[in-house]
Amino acid sequence: MIKPWEQNPELEVQHLTMRFGGLTAIGDLSFNVGKKQITALIGPNGAGKTTVFNCITGFYKPTEGMIKLNHEGGKEFLLERMDDFRITRFAKVARTFQNIRLFSGMTLLENLMVAQHNSLMKSSGWTIGALLGTGGYKRAENEAIETCKYWLNKVGLIDRADDPAGDLSYGAQRRLEIARAMCTGPRLLCLDEPAAGLNPRESEELNKLLLSVRDDHNMAILLIEHDMSVVMGISDHIIVLDYGRKIADGTPVQIKADPAVIRAYLGVEDEDDDADGKAAAAVIDEAISHKPVPMETLLAAIETPTVPPKKMATKTPVKPAPKAVAKKTAAPKKGGRK
Amino acid sequence: MSAPVKSSSGGSDAQVLDSAAITKDLIGTFVITALILVPVVAIRTQLDQGVLTWHSRFTLAAVLAAIVVGVRWAMHVFVWNRRAANALKPAVAGAVKVKGPSLADKIGPYVSRGLLIFGLVLPILAYFNITPWGDKRTLDLAIYILTYIMLGWGLNVVVGLAGLLDLGYVAFYAVGAYAYALLSTVYFPIWFGSGIVPYAFYITLPLAGLLAALWGVILGFPVLRLRGDYLAIVTLAFGEMIRLVLINWFSFTQGPQGINVPKATFFGLPFKDGPGSFAEFFHITYDRIHFYIFLYYVILAMALITYFVTKRLRRLPIGRAWEALREDEIACRSLGINTTNTKLTAFAIGAMFGGFAGSFFAARQGFVSPESFVYIESALILAIVVLGGLGSQIGIVFSATAIMGSFEVFREMNWLKAVLPAGTEPIQFRMLAVGLAMVLMMRFRPRGFVTKREPTVFLKEKKAVSGDLVAEGHG
Repeated sequence: MIKPWEQNPELEVQHLTMRFGGLTAIGDLSFNVGKKQITALIGPNGAGKTTVFNCITGFYKPTEGMIKLNHEGGKEFLLERMDDFRITRFAKVARTFQNIRLFSGMTLLENLMVAQHNSLMKSSGWTIGALLGTGGYKRAENEAIETCKYWLNKVGLIDRADDPAGDLSYGAQRRLEIARAMCTGPRLLCLDEPAAGLNPRESEELNKLLLSVRDDHNMAILLIEHDMSVVMGISDHIIVLDYGRKIADGTPVQIKADPAVIRAYLGVEDEDDDADGKAAAAVIDEAISHKPVPMETLLAAIETPTVPPKKMATKTPVKPAPKAVAKKTAAPKKGGRK
Repeated sequence: MSAPVKSSSGGSDAQVLDSAAITKDLIGTFVITALILVPVVAIRTQLDQGVLTWHSRFTLAAVLAAIVVGVRWAMHVFVWNRRAANALKPAVAGAVKVKGPSLADKIGPYVSRGLLIFGLVLPILAYFNITPWGDKRTLDLAIYILTYIMLGWGLNVVVGLAGLLDLGYVAFYAVGAYAYALLSTVYFPIWFGSGIVPYAFYITLPLAGLLAALWGVILGFPVLRLRGDYLAIVTLAFGEMIRLVLINWFSFTQGPQGINVPKATFFGLPFKDGPGSFAEFFHITYDRIHFYIFLYYVILAMALITYFVTKRLRRLPIGRAWEALREDEIACRSLGINTTNTKLTAFAIGAMFGGFAGSFFAARQGFVSPESFVYIESALILAIVVLGGLGSQIGIVFSATAIMGSFEVFREMNWLKAVLPAGTEPIQFRMLAVGLAMVLMMRFRPRGFVTKREPTVFLKEKKAVSGDLVAEGHG
């Protein structure tokens, strides 16, 4: 089996654990993000995906574990030890947010200019140079505007460059946030549910955009997503989380076939299975606790074709592992895919 | 009292005024007014040599009630009744439909230029006595207002751009003023001999700015992790601390007695009669107005420097980072912006301009004492910035003129004495009037005079950003 993310990965997450008080949001999570690959982090609600993101981008300090980013030329960054803004600035990790965080009172162009703050600060001589009128800043600013134009073109918002970001539609705001993250000049782009709230056509455009970011800019992308058309369509590598633990790790094809994933996350098959299993269990329970169950009913329940014994068998052994940490999170586990 | 009667404000149906509903509303108004007025106005008690007596003033109460009812009737007929209102001003109603540049947009670009020219020629007008209030009076008021405009522009960096609520801005004003006072009277004579004193203003000015900026950073450090209300409280406390230190550190600041400081000179030439003075040097007869004109141009130059520096800063990466910080701090950090440094620079630059202004204040007054740096000053400067609106610099010119000018206008309003209770002066009501004006302003224009944000960079066309989208900042 070829696992290109195993050799020379962009990002290595090892034994990452994040506890909030008594709650273990992430437990001993290890995975790699390959260079120039799209890696998707999926899992049901509350699985800890955004927490992983916040640990990688420095918004949370992990309780245990190591997050190592490898630049070309052997430079390594231990992200768990860095401040959030330094991670973007020096380790070149950019992110977007689940609930869009644009500067809504600033224009699209200004949003992208703010993203180039650090390089512009340097060329403005930390403000003093530009204030005294020493050259170079004007040129740097024009270059920055060109970068903005490139990304506005790329996300199809060039016509709205001078409009305030708050006026954009939801889908356009998502794209602008990606463009803004790209303007920081990252090596690893972390997208938190980029397709949330997009219609199918917009999702399709997003796919194209992400593929182009990967192929034309040689970027590694790590994304959290619930939209399976995006995840399965463009990912090179998928990691499945459930209750803070990794339950699967592989290519989309492998993930699609993984029974643990089907049960925990994709659920469609699982739900029927679950329902049938429950029906059967209920009948059997009844049979044990109440005497007056006729023998025919019991036999019928056991022999019913909707409860194949094979499925029952796969069910029991896998379940306890993720569930053990789990139940604290209150939310009862549904087969759900939302 | 109840909201305006619905049917009378509808205007779409044939019936213009619903007299029955209005009558009902007016009766209600009268009853409520009477209930309030009877105990407050109609019945007066008096303590007369140990005996409590009372007399009634029902006529006055009736007149007041009639006024209230009359005004409410007028509101029903002319204001809340849309058709009548439209009939009264058809031109305005028509103009709303036509989509095009409004009056404000059209004159917008010329406003700042016009103000600049007015600012430059004002002393000439005053010199030839063309202004209404006499020369010195006008210039003094203009200097006063310009000082507050400058302070407003300084605080605008912190509050308007970076969105950090600073209730202790006057502390930096005090630092600047005391820096000038102490350096020019105590330390410069010791360090460089007394010959330096006439030039002290020019040497102290940058030092005062630097010291204030330093204090801005010192204040900035502990409050960086605070936001919103918490930040406001700490800055408020800081402002009070500086004032209390000035009062109580007697050996250093001479406490509440204050310090007499040399007034500003024209590059060493004092404004007085006699040899070695400004008048003698230029062979003109001495007139006190020279000093005022000089001060006016000094503060105008300082204010303009503040204006152009902050205007330029806004277009630089640091200014954009301030505004981004006001919009969303977390997003800023995700873009690699060091928000700590960004906040500190905002505090330091705002404080620096406060320090300059304070230094000027001391050189103009010739006297500093902690009395001048009370909390209400901070509140006024903040009010100027907030009323100006959305980090707008031109808005601050108008709000500073409105607030500070209205104080002076109250001195002039002697006719008010006819209405006011005996023994009170109109000037005593100035804060009341300013407070009322602020309440009305916040009710009808909550985002200040200027409701649009001007983008700092544009590709094709500069479009102002509506105030509804711009965040107020959260400290």
